[in-house]
Amino acid sequence: MNEPSARSVDVLVVGAGPAGLAAATRLAARGAGRVLVLDREQQPGGVPRHCEQRGFGPPGRWWTGPEYAARAAEAAVGAGAELSCGTTALGWAGPTTLDTTGPQGPERITARTVVLATGARERPRSARLVPGTRPAGVLTTGELQQTVHLYGQQAGRRAVVVGAEPVAYVALDALRRAGTETVAMVTGLPRSQAHAARAQWARLVGRVPLLTGAEVVEVLGRPRLTGLRLRRHDGRGAVLACDTVVFTGDFTPDQVLARQGGIALDAGTRGPAVDAAFRTSHPGVFAVGSVLHAAESARVAAHEGALAARSVLCHLTGPGRWPTAGATVRVEPPLRWIAPNRLTAGAPTACTFLLRTDRFLARPLLRVSQDGRTLHCERLHRTAVPGRPVPLSGTWTAQVDQEGGAVRVEVD
Amino acid sequence: MTVTSSGPLPEETYDVAVIGAGVVGAAIARELARHRGLRIALVEAAEDVGEGTSKANTAILHTGFDAAPGSLDARLTADGSRRLARYAAEVGIPVERVGALLVAWDAEQLARLPELAGKAERNGYHDTRLLDADELHALEPRLGPGALGALEVPGESIICPWTTTLAYATHAVLAGTDLHLNCPVNGIRQDGDRHELSCARGRLSARYLVNAAGLSADTVDAMLGHHDFTVTPRRGQLIVFDTFAGDLVRHILLPVPTALGKGVLVAPTVYGNVLLGPTAEDLPDKRATESTAGGLAALTGKGRRILPALLDEEVTAVYAGLRAATGQDDYRIRAHPEQRAVTAGGIRSTGLTASMGIAAHVTGLLAEVGLDLGAAGELPPLRMPPLGRTAARPCRQSGLVAADPEYGTVVCHCELVSRGEIRDALAAPVPPRSPAGLRRRTRAGAGRCQGAWCGAALRDLLERSPVREGV
Ligand SMILES: Cc1cc2nc3c(=O)[nH]c(=O)nc-3n(C[C@H](O)[C@H](O)[C@H](O)COP(=O)(O)OP(=O)(O)OC[C@H]3O[C@@H](n4cnc5c(N)ncnc54)[C@H](O)[C@@H]3O)c2cc1C
Ligand SMILES: Cc1cc2nc3c(=O)[nH]c(=O)nc-3n(C[C@H](O)[C@H](O)[C@H](O)COP(=O)(O)OP(=O)(O)OC[C@H]3O[C@@H](n4cnc5c(N)ncnc54)[C@H](O)[C@@H]3O)c2cc1C
Repeated sequence: MNEPSARSVDVLVVGAGPAGLAAATRLAARGAGRVLVLDREQQPGGVPRHCEQRGFGPPGRWWTGPEYAARAAEAAVGAGAELSCGTTALGWAGPTTLDTTGPQGPERITARTVVLATGARERPRSARLVPGTRPAGVLTTGELQQTVHLYGQQAGRRAVVVGAEPVAYVALDALRRAGTETVAMVTGLPRSQAHAARAQWARLVGRVPLLTGAEVVEVLGRPRLTGLRLRRHDGRGAVLACDTVVFTGDFTPDQVLARQGGIALDAGTRGPAVDAAFRTSHPGVFAVGSVLHAAESARVAAHEGALAARSVLCHLTGPGRWPTAGATVRVEPPLRWIAPNRLTAGAPTACTFLLRTDRFLARPLLRVSQDGRTLHCERLHRTAVPGRPVPLSGTWTAQVDQEGGAVRVEVD
Repeated sequence: MTVTSSGPLPEETYDVAVIGAGVVGAAIARELARHRGLRIALVEAAEDVGEGTSKANTAILHTGFDAAPGSLDARLTADGSRRLARYAAEVGIPVERVGALLVAWDAEQLARLPELAGKAERNGYHDTRLLDADELHALEPRLGPGALGALEVPGESIICPWTTTLAYATHAVLAGTDLHLNCPVNGIRQDGDRHELSCARGRLSARYLVNAAGLSADTVDAMLGHHDFTVTPRRGQLIVFDTFAGDLVRHILLPVPTALGKGVLVAPTVYGNVLLGPTAEDLPDKRATESTAGGLAALTGKGRRILPALLDEEVTAVYAGLRAATGQDDYRIRAHPEQRAVTAGGIRSTGLTASMGIAAHVTGLLAEVGLDLGAAGELPPLRMPPLGRTAARPCRQSGLVAADPEYGTVVCHCELVSRGEIRDALAAPVPPRSPAGLRRRTRAGAGRCQGAWCGAALRDLLERSPVREGV
């Protein structure tokens, strides 16, 4: 009775977020065969499910997250993909075989190809090693959104938002919706990471002061949060009274399945290392969306899903050789990571690389080199902002010596 | 089956009132509950059992190899360890006999190992073995460079501390003990042959009394007019690493002990995480369970030396517990015959292990001061939910899910906790009253996302549970 039931599909997509659904829609529409999308949540859509703000979809549409999620799920099912919610992928039983569970019980699903689209998560307070008591009222943006939008629960009276990435402003929206006053935003950086208009609106209209160059050094209160002790970079300290704190941003790929499967991870992104065709180190296993680089917009994730669909189809119909990895792509500080980060022969060269920086960089000159040889130089015509994507064209990949050392990307 | 958490207390006179439902008080209540003729009250200040020191320790089932030979601690730790290992197997408390290695990092420490082996002998523990550096590194390939050798103590085990306290309390309640939560005892008055306890929820009377109030054992003793000892909390901060770190370490890696205590260890947990800690800081405040920047920095520094790869892994949780230090090396367990009372105080750093040994000892003392125990009977059968890494979660068991699909509906994705398990916990004899209580019973919310994905859903289930409505 404890043997899982078994079945086979052509493509198994793990994660019904924007990336997974977009990949499944394309694949099903292009005749990839049986395409099955799993999601451990009861509803499809991924993170947008609990994003009430209008920030989704093609430019100019401004759908809410749930609207976007519903459309993406409909499109996938309409194209002929099978969607199975409440189903968790637990681990690997073979190179492209996954064990799953759900209300129907454990299952063993063998696929010709697997697409990992498991998204990202925000690192909680503990992972950031913020000392102090362990009171109620300490949240991440995702938990706050679910609290407010999905469950209609209280979020306290006075909140502090830690972080000033775009997602921190989404937290502000959720707090406003919950009737919670936000007493301050706090960031260790010298200024906001959001678009200027957004940051200014929050500060002037929303009357939420932004405390820059400040770190949370202690969480106070029990059983409920009563305040946060801050330390400014000039050495001054202060206590902010509040009963709710939202730790925002600081995303990390949800790479549990990838890691369990022994798939090579990239040291920078901490997600699976992939080439420009979204191929991981394991034959038949692709990865797309926030699991590769936490976290871009839903549009970027969905775009990758669609691009990856093309590679998956090639793999399903082609000779089936999985390219061995050539060189890797690495960044130097203050750059934090780059994706894709694995170079293979035959991967598309028209790709765009995405980078992240740890510091604000005004119009940086990005230099790509291999073994001391410069392959490419490109100036970004704006400021590179931590927590926001920095694009780099991939035109140089054809010049890479596949036998050579790591390709390095640095700021000149 | 009575658990109360609000409203007036019963008027009946109990035979015994046990003050404090930590691992020690709960073990005593369970031991007494075997004597079916007794009416017992277990009285706890917090809203749940095990909310004090018992929820925040290093979760090791010691052999007692390094106790002070001849002490009560040594005797009750060894006795308790055997009893608890047996009990754990019977009721399903997760335990793994992973063994410990006392690692010597310099010549001086290396030289002390034979002496520690000798001490183990004097404590009746004969299974230790000296390892040279090569043997040590073969057993623990990820150990940092520089370790010179180790003393192996194969009997040291890891255990689930939450299930332990909960099993005791559940067993006691199933056998007829009344558990009164949210019920701090503020004063004790003698009224003929009875104690009148004035509690936040009213009065409670009992013929015999056990003080198992942990950090407050001195305060409760003072209510009886005794001033034998003062409890000074000794804080221990700990860091829990992600289950991905679980492959890095196979044994409990102990330092060679110093005067300040057992020192900082690295150990696997029964849930598959890795623990690093604890610190040892003497403090005046009995509520100072916060972590500090200094404490965490000290721990990560030590951890990096012991197991360098550990620090590359994600931290899942940080917590701190307070040991009830009394300035003396031994337990402060004492009978007060004239008052028909027993104090179990100063249960410092081995209380989890020794709990059943202490319970048997205290029960004996109660009999000595006049309590007629009557015959001991069998306790009702009990099976605790298996939370350990070696057990298959219900969502992985076809049979269970087929019989009840709620076991296939995963709510906490990190720890794979199903709605069925949460439902069961909420309906258990000693139900949780907070997200933290639910976490200790099911592991829901205890994983790497710390409730970011499931926190709101768990609060929703808890709010809608009949227990909450009844509170
Ligand atoms: C708070 C917040 C606000 C945002 N606001 C915006 C915005 O306004 N506009 C915008 O464009 N973008 C926004 N984003 C970014 C956007 O939501 C993400 O980029 C996008 O959701 C990423 O898509 P994804 O498919 O890669 O991952 P996700 O959306 O995270 O989806 C991953 C899915 O995988 C599932 N999964 C994971 N592991 C398993 C497993 N083992 N088994 C089964 N299923 C699994 C998860 O349940 C989840 O549904 C926001 C992000 C956050 C966190
Ligand atoms: C960092 C650390 C690591 C440790 N590691 C281990 C280990 O690995 N192995 C091991 O065996 N032991 C270990 N211990 C020791 C062990 O945790 C303790 O010895 C044990 O938990 C003590 O249990 P207790 O019941 O005496 O105290 P507690 O758990 O504190 O229980 C006392 C209870 O009494 C209640 N109370 C207090 N005053 C009143 C009142 N007036 N009225 C009503 N109720 C009251 C409190 O609310 C509390 O719940 C460790 C301890 C620490 C701090």
